[in-house]
Amino acid sequence: MTDPKTIDPTTGFDRRAVLKGAAAAVGAAAGSGVVTGFPAIWAQNIKDVTLRQFGTGVSNLNAIADQVKKDLGFTLRMTALDSDSVTQRAVTQPDSYDIADIEYWIAKKVFPSGALQPMEVKKIKYYDQIVPIFTTGKLTPDSVVAQGTAPSTVGFVEGPGAKTFAKAPTEWMTLIPTIYNADTLGIRPDLVGRPITNWKDILDPKFKGKTSILNIPSIGIMDAAMICESAGILKYGDKGNMTEAEIDTTIATLIEAKKAGQFRAFWKTFDESVNLMTSGEVVIQSMWSPAVTAVRSKGVPCVYQPLAEGYRAWGGGLGIGKNVKGLVLDAAYEYINWYLSGWCGAYLNRQGYYSACLSTAKQHMSADEWGFWMEGKPAVSDILSPDGKVLEKAGAVRDGGSFEERMGKVACWNAVMDKDRYMVRKWNEFIAA
Amino acid sequence: MTGRLAPYLQAAPLALILGAFLLLPLAAIVAVSFWDYDSVQIYPDFITLNYAETLGSWVTWKTYLNTLKFVAIVWAITTVVGFLVAYFLAFHVRSTTMQMVLFLICTVPFLTSNIIRMISWVPFLGRNGLLNTTLIELGIVPAPLEFLLFSEFAVVLAMAHLYVLFMVTPIFNSLMRIDRALIEAARDAGANGWQTLTNVVIPLAKPGIAIGSIFVVTLVLGDFVTVRFMSGGQSASVGLMIANEISLLQYPAAAANAVAVLVLVLLMVAAMLRIVDIRKEL
Repeated sequence: MTDPKTIDPTTGFDRRAVLKGAAAAVGAAAGSGVVTGFPAIWAQNIKDVTLRQFGTGVSNLNAIADQVKKDLGFTLRMTALDSDSVTQRAVTQPDSYDIADIEYWIAKKVFPSGALQPMEVKKIKYYDQIVPIFTTGKLTPDSVVAQGTAPSTVGFVEGPGAKTFAKAPTEWMTLIPTIYNADTLGIRPDLVGRPITNWKDILDPKFKGKTSILNIPSIGIMDAAMICESAGILKYGDKGNMTEAEIDTTIATLIEAKKAGQFRAFWKTFDESVNLMTSGEVVIQSMWSPAVTAVRSKGVPCVYQPLAEGYRAWGGGLGIGKNVKGLVLDAAYEYINWYLSGWCGAYLNRQGYYSACLSTAKQHMSADEWGFWMEGKPAVSDILSPDGKVLEKAGAVRDGGSFEERMGKVACWNAVMDKDRYMVRKWNEFIAA
Repeated sequence: MTGRLAPYLQAAPLALILGAFLLLPLAAIVAVSFWDYDSVQIYPDFITLNYAETLGSWVTWKTYLNTLKFVAIVWAITTVVGFLVAYFLAFHVRSTTMQMVLFLICTVPFLTSNIIRMISWVPFLGRNGLLNTTLIELGIVPAPLEFLLFSEFAVVLAMAHLYVLFMVTPIFNSLMRIDRALIEAARDAGANGWQTLTNVVIPLAKPGIAIGSIFVVTLVLGDFVTVRFMSGGQSASVGLMIANEISLLQYPAAAANAVAVLVLVLLMVAAMLRIVDIRKEL
């Protein structure tokens, strides 16, 4: 269990005072800024600020924008895109956003392009309470950093303008972690007809024509690696950074399975995976946690099956665009601090994700909710989604158990490889084969 | 003086629009296709590696072949269906009002979005979809037909459905212009129905068929959404390949591919124009 240092939300966070101080300081230093004229009333002007955020659908939720308006007074405008478009937009249109809500593996591509500015750790109020996965990389002092683009490896730089990542935590963070999760295979327990225990089960001829994996190369290759390693085909040095030979073998295995008709389809978006599962087109496939919830909420049984080899994890965070400054930058820090202050964390935890500051989120959740989502305890009463739908009946236990059981069994993180270009070419061969 | 300037002024607006929105972007694509790139950025350069990698890979050739296969099948289906529909409208429906009403009915599905028309096939063709459920309940097949969805069959079906109107319209237009006296003359000269069709109607419909073919061929060559959704990501097309490259920020590779497919399209259109003089139609 991470140490839940309690903070008192009433005294711990006087936004107005912080903002006034910051605004005055910046105003004095910059003289002129985005808003011309009167530094003294910037604190009022922040209500007029619109923060433009874009990112993947997972965390671009209207409820968050509404709550920001209520708690902070300014407007958060969100755009949801798929992971590929997110990468593209982050790199090619740095002026089109203030806040980039991206995944850590995307950050590995985006940050060296100079599209984002690092954030000062000392302005991050809850830095000390961020789950250590994102700082030191170790969930508990004796855990091992998993393979792939672990968030801790791309979480820091030496200073503004740096394009390479720091090996250990520094005063400059690239992304403020927001949400993360451990992914595994989703199954239809009513249709698989046998216990599913390993990643290799997706290759079982019994499920011929009833399986799917996701067709986002950088994530799909990781699922493929988990499958190959599980099937004993290959032992990887680092699944997140394969050699060309490893890529060749992995893709060859996939092509062989594809030619044998093992796969029904490959999916690219959340909705596609939900539809494939709900309609019974597939019975075992790569899936994201909220997709499993979505299938279940349609009354179709679906299990996010924990597997012996562990999970493939991913994490996202908020970054600030390189040209954001002045009042907007203040608002951005304000927003990020709010993000970590609890309400948002609780909101995300209730959807089956994990939030970066567990201690603050806990204060916004009931003991029963906390027990179900985070501690793997049976639900005492019905578990509701943030919008009030019943997700689980009383007595249910979360697939995979507690936070430590799930995040402690991460085998690899979503990654960008050095041989990225080669991998993508081979992946295209797989799709074309 | 103004007299000599006038034609240039008259042509200027179109020239400007074509220059700004067609030639300039095209020049940019050609230029970028020679640039270098890594996973995050592109670098101005002059290398032919993008072409070498694109044209030197069996994936590209296989994908092009696959795309051309789709082109051929979809073209054949839309031409036959399009011709039959247009023929019926032009020669079997007597009143002009009725012709127009029926023609408008043909276009009704096209008032909805392309994607919606395509996606609506998915629940229909699925393993537990309408068609399979019906077939099983009628006892026609013992198990669901798997090939109906997420297969090349599904891709071709959806494409034919999406693009057939592009064939119907120009052919209908051509057929309507045929002087009915020619058909009477053919009959008077002793031609039977089939001979009239092959010797009079089809030759005169050629420009319409050619225009329709240009639409269908270019649309299918450039398609990626239909291929992706209807094949369940299991099949590749040139458009999909380019889309994949763009999504991975490999702009130069995508540009090289785009140039290649552009050359292919131009060649095919040129070939069609060699066979049929569509200016007769215009």
